[in-house]
Amino acid sequence: MKIAVCVKEVPSATSAKRIDPATKRLDRSGDSELNPFDTHGLEEAIRIREGGQPVDEIVAVCMGPPSAQRPLAKALALGADRAVLLTDDSLAGSDIVGTARALAAVLEKQDAELVILGQQAADADCYVMAAAVADHLKRPLVTQVAHLEVGDGRIRAKRQTEHGYDVVEAPLPAVISVSDAINTARLPSIKAIMGAKKKPLDTISAADAGIDASQVGETGARSVVRSVSPPPAKEPGRRLEDAGGDSVPAVVEFLAERGVV
Amino acid sequence: MRTLVYVHHDDGEFAPNSLGALVAAAGLGGETVAFVAGRGLDDGWAAGLGAYGASKVLVADDAAFADGLPQPLVDALEPHAREAGAALFGAGVVSADVAAGLAARLGAGIACEATELRVEGDELIAIRPALGDTVMVESTFAGTPAIALARANAFAAEATGSGQAAVERVSATVQDWSKAATLAGREEAETGGVDITEADVLVAFGRGLGGPENLPVVEQLAKALGGEVAATRAVVDAGWVPYSMQVGQTGKTVSPKLYVACGISGAIQHKVGMANSGTIIAINKDANAPIFEFADLGVVGDALTVVPRLAEAIAARRS
Repeated sequence: MKIAVCVKEVPSATSAKRIDPATKRLDRSGDSELNPFDTHGLEEAIRIREGGQPVDEIVAVCMGPPSAQRPLAKALALGADRAVLLTDDSLAGSDIVGTARALAAVLEKQDAELVILGQQAADADCYVMAAAVADHLKRPLVTQVAHLEVGDGRIRAKRQTEHGYDVVEAPLPAVISVSDAINTARLPSIKAIMGAKKKPLDTISAADAGIDASQVGETGARSVVRSVSPPPAKEPGRRLEDAGGDSVPAVVEFLAERGVV
Repeated sequence: MRTLVYVHHDDGEFAPNSLGALVAAAGLGGETVAFVAGRGLDDGWAAGLGAYGASKVLVADDAAFADGLPQPLVDALEPHAREAGAALFGAGVVSADVAAGLAARLGAGIACEATELRVEGDELIAIRPALGDTVMVESTFAGTPAIALARANAFAAEATGSGQAAVERVSATVQDWSKAATLAGREEAETGGVDITEADVLVAFGRGLGGPENLPVVEQLAKALGGEVAATRAVVDAGWVPYSMQVGQTGKTVSPKLYVACGISGAIQHKVGMANSGTIIAINKDANAPIFEFADLGVVGDALTVVPRLAEAIAARRS
């Protein structure tokens, strides 16, 4: 079995996030990292292999600027066997449908039995990519999977809904997105980080993937950001830095001011 | 403009977020068409969506929709969405899957997390908070339909009248691959126990609390404050506490007088379930956690250190 895990480069949690007023796109000039939600997808792929399933290959697939090689190197350190980076100037400014179309084109060529995505990207806070990709690939879909079993050419996935949990079964090939509660992603060892440098990381263009440039990027975008404005003003909260519990009297005082205690 | 609204239901119970989307759609003017799917649906039940602003309800009744899985719904919605200027979806796990599948199918623009919708000329404009709700992004669409997926609780499900909508039965061609995923079982949320939506004080915890063995720490604070314990999706999914204690997008929406968030990052899925609380106190050791953006009082520190001491101090003050 071959598993493809989609990963994304996102601004790091500590970098200030802003939208460039000129391009109306996310400013990606600051520090970046592997989308934390995607580490759960990689971890799950490794666990399927460690669980005894015959997994021939785990490939990390990413669409992004050339700088996405760095988070892909982390994906390799976390356990992917090889990585594919789809990067092309024509892809810049892609919206959700353009991105789904491009990712699906790459995944089609990879022909993995199981495609795994994280539940959302930390920068966009949408949780729709897996469903869009599955529709392009015409494959069964289960999103927000909190527990996964793989065997006999099928998956059995438990996922939370507004009413409890659904257990969904589907034949492979299939597309899933995983909840960040599905596992605790391990940290890569120094040996794994060094070893990752020897693993293949292929860069491909939109043309290599057979993507029609008019259908992606800013040209192909069907949802267009028109303006960006500050949110309604809200009084900023108070902040306390705690050391060994020394903030407690101030918290109690705050509660007393509000009439809670 | 004709606006198509997918109205999700669970065994006949309409999802409040879908009803909210329907009300929002009706507010846009033009024609508002609701779409429901399932097995053994009643026309009178469907016509009741008129009270939320639907002028017409399309009813797709087929065994393929009995499980409530998303992919057959994309097939069923596709021909109707092609005739609409906009297609709206309330927040929800299945609704999001359907909205995204439909956008891919039609090559249509999709705006997620919409909190405001309006029409200019004959075109939909969607507004969403982004980047940890630090900016508002206004989007337009190229081509139709414009697809919008609302943020949880963004639009109130208030009945606007008692009108009955016209009901039209529609057939649907569901592709084989859309039916490949099947529902093998369902675990309903257990009933009984404490209703966290009724509590005046909630002490909620997330994975920042470490493990389930630390649950007594938050229970103690809840007891000192005379409140109840609530949790994030992550710890519910991980099996630490039951689903009935979950606050957020797929859990309960709460608005207690006081909400104490212990080791909770404040991801949007959680925020939409508790942002309307009276006073929010957050305790988290990650100074960059989004919850500090909307907490009234933020304590940057280890919840395991702060919470027990806070419980003791409050209990001492009260005794």
